[in-house]
Order: sequence, then C-alpha cells, then structure tokens
Amino acid sequence: MRWLALAMLAVAAVVAGVALGPADIGWSESVRGLLGMGDETVVAIVRQLRAPRVLLAFLVGGCLAVTGATLQALVRNPLADPYLLGLSGGAGVGAVLAIALHVGGAWAVPTAAFVGALVAIGLVYRLALVVGAGVDPRVLLLAGVVVSAFGGAILGAIFSLSSAAELQNAMMWLLGGFDAASWRVLGIFSSYAALPVAYLYYTNRPLDLLSLGEEPAQFLGTDVHRLKLRLYVSASLLTAACVAVSGIIGFVGLVVPHAVRMVLGHTHRTLLPAAFLLGGTLLTAADVVARTAFAPRQLPVGVVTALVGVPVFALLLRRWAK
Amino acid sequence: MGEVILELAGVRYRYPGVDRDAVAGVTLHIRRGELVGIVGPNGSGKTTLLRLLVGVLRASAGCVTVVGKPVGEWNRRELARIIGVVPQREEPVFPLTVEETVFLGRYAHMGALAAPRRADRAAVKSALERCDVVEFTDRRISTLSGGEWQRVRVARALAQEPQALILDEPTANLDIRHEMEVFELVSDLVHRDGIAGVVVTHHVNLVARFVDRMVVMNDGRTEASGTPGEVITREVLERVFGWPVEVDMWRGVPQFVPLKSGESRPIHRDD
Repeated sequence: MRWLALAMLAVAAVVAGVALGPADIGWSESVRGLLGMGDETVVAIVRQLRAPRVLLAFLVGGCLAVTGATLQALVRNPLADPYLLGLSGGAGVGAVLAIALHVGGAWAVPTAAFVGALVAIGLVYRLALVVGAGVDPRVLLLAGVVVSAFGGAILGAIFSLSSAAELQNAMMWLLGGFDAASWRVLGIFSSYAALPVAYLYYTNRPLDLLSLGEEPAQFLGTDVHRLKLRLYVSASLLTAACVAVSGIIGFVGLVVPHAVRMVLGHTHRTLLPAAFLLGGTLLTAADVVARTAFAPRQLPVGVVTALVGVPVFALLLRRWAK
Repeated sequence: MGEVILELAGVRYRYPGVDRDAVAGVTLHIRRGELVGIVGPNGSGKTTLLRLLVGVLRASAGCVTVVGKPVGEWNRRELARIIGVVPQREEPVFPLTVEETVFLGRYAHMGALAAPRRADRAAVKSALERCDVVEFTDRRISTLSGGEWQRVRVARALAQEPQALILDEPTANLDIRHEMEVFELVSDLVHRDGIAGVVVTHHVNLVARFVDRMVVMNDGRTEASGTPGEVITREVLERVFGWPVEVDMWRGVPQFVPLKSGESRPIHRDD
C-alpha cells in the first residue's frame, strides 16, 4: 500500500515534469507529443528537452537520497548527507577544475568530480581523526562543513580568475540545475551511477549492521574495513555523477531518507529503494517548480531544494535532539 | 569433557604506539558446555583478550585457535557462525525493532539479497523465546530498558546459532534483578544447550556463583585460573586489586568483601 503510494507519487511527478514548463503545452498535448504525435515543435520540446530532463532529475534525486541514506549508516550520524559531508563540494571543485582547465570530453567532468569527492572525503576523515583516535560522528560532520567551506573558497578563486562568460555558466551550473539535460547526458549519468546503486542495494544488510557500530558489525560477520572502503567509493562515485550533470543539490540526501524512515522503518532493504523513489519524486517536483515558478526565468533547482530543505532540516534537528 | 572451542596459546598483543603488552602471554581454553569468567582490574587486558579470541585483533605472538583452526584462517562470516558476541558498548544510530535487531544475528547465515529462509525465522523465534523477549518483538529498541536491551542483544547473539558465546560486561548498569536474569540466562544457555561461554565482568562475587572456571587477569597476564574456589582467595584478590579484602564461603562458593580503610579483619572460627 505504502509502496503503491510512493510509486503513484513518482509517476505523478514524472508526468507533471513532462507536461509543465515555460512553454505552455498542456497535459494532453504533452502526452501526444511524447508519443510522437501532433505539432513538431511540441514533439521536439517534449521528447528532446523535457523527457530527458525529467528522467535525469528523477535519477539524480534517487541517487542523492540513496547516497544520503548510505552515508548516514556509514558515518553513524543521522544528519549526514553528501552535501554536509563535503562530498558534493569536493566533486564540485573537481568538476569546475576540469572545466576551467578545458579538459575535454563528457567523461572527463564526472571523473574529475569523482576524484574531487574522494579527496574531500579523505580530508574530512583526516580532519576528524585529529580530534582523537576514533572518529566521532559529530566531529566528522563538522569536518565536512569545514572541507565544504574550503572547497567553496577554491571555487571562488577559480571563478574570479576565469573570464566572465565562463564564470556565469559555471556559477549557474554549480547552483544545481538540469539545463544541460539530454539523452546523451542521461546515458553518461546512468553508466556512472548504475553500478554503485546496485552495489549499495546489494550491501543493504551490512549497512544495517554498520549502523550498530563497527565492532558489533564485525562480530556479526562483516569485513568492516573492506565494506567501508567500498561504501565510500560508491558514495563518492554517485555524488560525483550527480554533481557532474546537475551541480550541487543539497538536502535531498538528508531529508528524503528521514522521511522514509518515519514511514517505512529503518532497515536498508526497504529504506534504499524507497528513498530512491521518493528522492526522484521530490527532485523532479523541485525541478518543475524551478522551471515554472518565475517563468520564463528559471531558478537553479539547488536553490529550490535548499529553500525547502533548510526548514525541514531544522525540524529534523529538533526531532534528533529529543 | 566437551570439545575445545576456543583456545589461546601464549598469546601476546601490544597496541600500536604503546610500550607495554596489553595481553602478555595468555594460555586458556574454553570447552563446549563450560562457562568461564574473566575478571581483573580496569586495563588488565580483559577486553583485549576478547578481541583476540574473536579475531578482531591479531595476536603479535602465540596462537588463537577457534574450533581447531587458527582464527585468522576463518573469515568474518564464518567466525560469526561460530562465535556470538555481546559487546560491551553499542550505540545503534537508528531505532530498529527488536525483531529486526535479532534478525541481524542471521546475517552470516543469509544470502546478500535472499529473503529469510525457514531456518532463519526459526532461529530468530527460538532466540526471542529463549531470552524471554517475545512480548516486545515489534518494539523499537530505543524504547527498551537496560535489562530488556541486554536480553535482546543476547538473543541476537543466539540467533547466530554459535558454538561459543562471549559477553563483555553484560551486566554493567543493570540493577540486581536484571543482573541476575542475565547471568541465569547465560548460565542456562551454556550448561543446558552446550555452548562454550566466556563472560568478562567486574562482578567477581556474582560470576563466581555461575561459572565453572575463572581467570583473574592482571597487567595482561593470567594471575590465577581454576575453579572459583581455587581462584578467589585473599592473596590473589589483594594482589590483583591492590585492596584489602575478606573472603568467606557462602553455600560452597567463596565470596569476598572489600574492607574499609582501618577496618580490622574479623577473627575466623577456623583460624
């Protein structure tokens, strides 16, 4: 029943995403356009612009939510997400560097973003270890914020040193958006994201164990060191893929897993797929808002998720503090 | 006598960056159907010894053997099917239900994506019953009392269907009733179900009444080992804990009382 509701929400968001936009097309026209019927311009808008954009938003939202859920178990902090842990920031620096240095090819940006994310999480971990021998989940989050700020400073430096036109583009892209969506981008994204998503689902039970603590997880039969390494790499890959195609989109990875936990419980076997669906739904909806709220002008979708996400985050903090 | 499940032979371990062995040459074996209590002052190496037994730490010298094979030759999954551990501390981040928690004990028996099989369900059910936590199967673990949570953790270890059960300070922070309940449960599991049991604890008097053998650790060494009657003596306890004590027999088991400073020793009938 709950799954059905989730699935229906997802379908509704996708349909709305295809039907709504700056060009006033209408629901039935959009569906006809999707099927290749009717006006040629409509067909082009729906098939070449909106459909890949909606699918990309859905996949990115799903991946961010799954990454968030994973990181929360991995660092044993319910307030962790790729954005707050500095992964997104690191991926952003990597991607912008690749663009600024004109490293060509559609594959270069995601790869550079991946390297950036790995460096960021490495730094975060190293910083957290300065405090004591063991990693305190709270300190880890703090380190994430610090590393994010550092990444922001590097980005600021790159922006101020590059020419104005590039700067405008990179800024907009970094704030999060799906303007560049196309079937090709969708293909590139999927090829980066498919394996880590599958791996994370495969490790749903070890993730349950990990949320008990590293030692209990070992006693119950996981090779924790290997598992953690693979999880960090998977989370970095996913974050990098998301950032490379859509900039930095915060709070989806934080808020969505919590919403799912409240309704469906805490085992990752249900949490991960449900978070994927809900994350996709929410980001698709956020993108519709971003495109239509001030049409013909567009908001970066990252701005929309932050505007909604920060108040929700505040609520979560209250719940968590209790 | 039962088959030896866990064995330490001349085991040493030193934590990196420390100039002293945490465990300095310990030899010990634990048989099926036998409950062994490990006591000793803080920092005497008890928990390190447990970590070595379970293969989380690798001995720097000597050999740890689990069911006849060096511990390093088992992988974590195989070990989890042999040894169930109730660790000292555990702070779950997410409030799973009791049943979900006990099911985690089945991890080492289950396929990565497969649904639980009949054997898994049966093991969980019997573990829940054995530890008397059936009535709160669906409760979230965040709502349990200390005693209930401890029983749930024992149930989880039991769901592993282990040949050995290791408990680190299982009654820390528990009141008398819950303390007794945990010890009775563990003793019953070992003596009736034939599991090999190891309990690390500060409750010397209590453990003496439940275990078959005791090991007193001090500075990483076994200071004494044998039946409670052999181990709990004034000399051993005073030497190890550095505090004057008085030992007396209570229903055939030695029990001790630490003396207050300036308190004189009572004169014994048999002195």
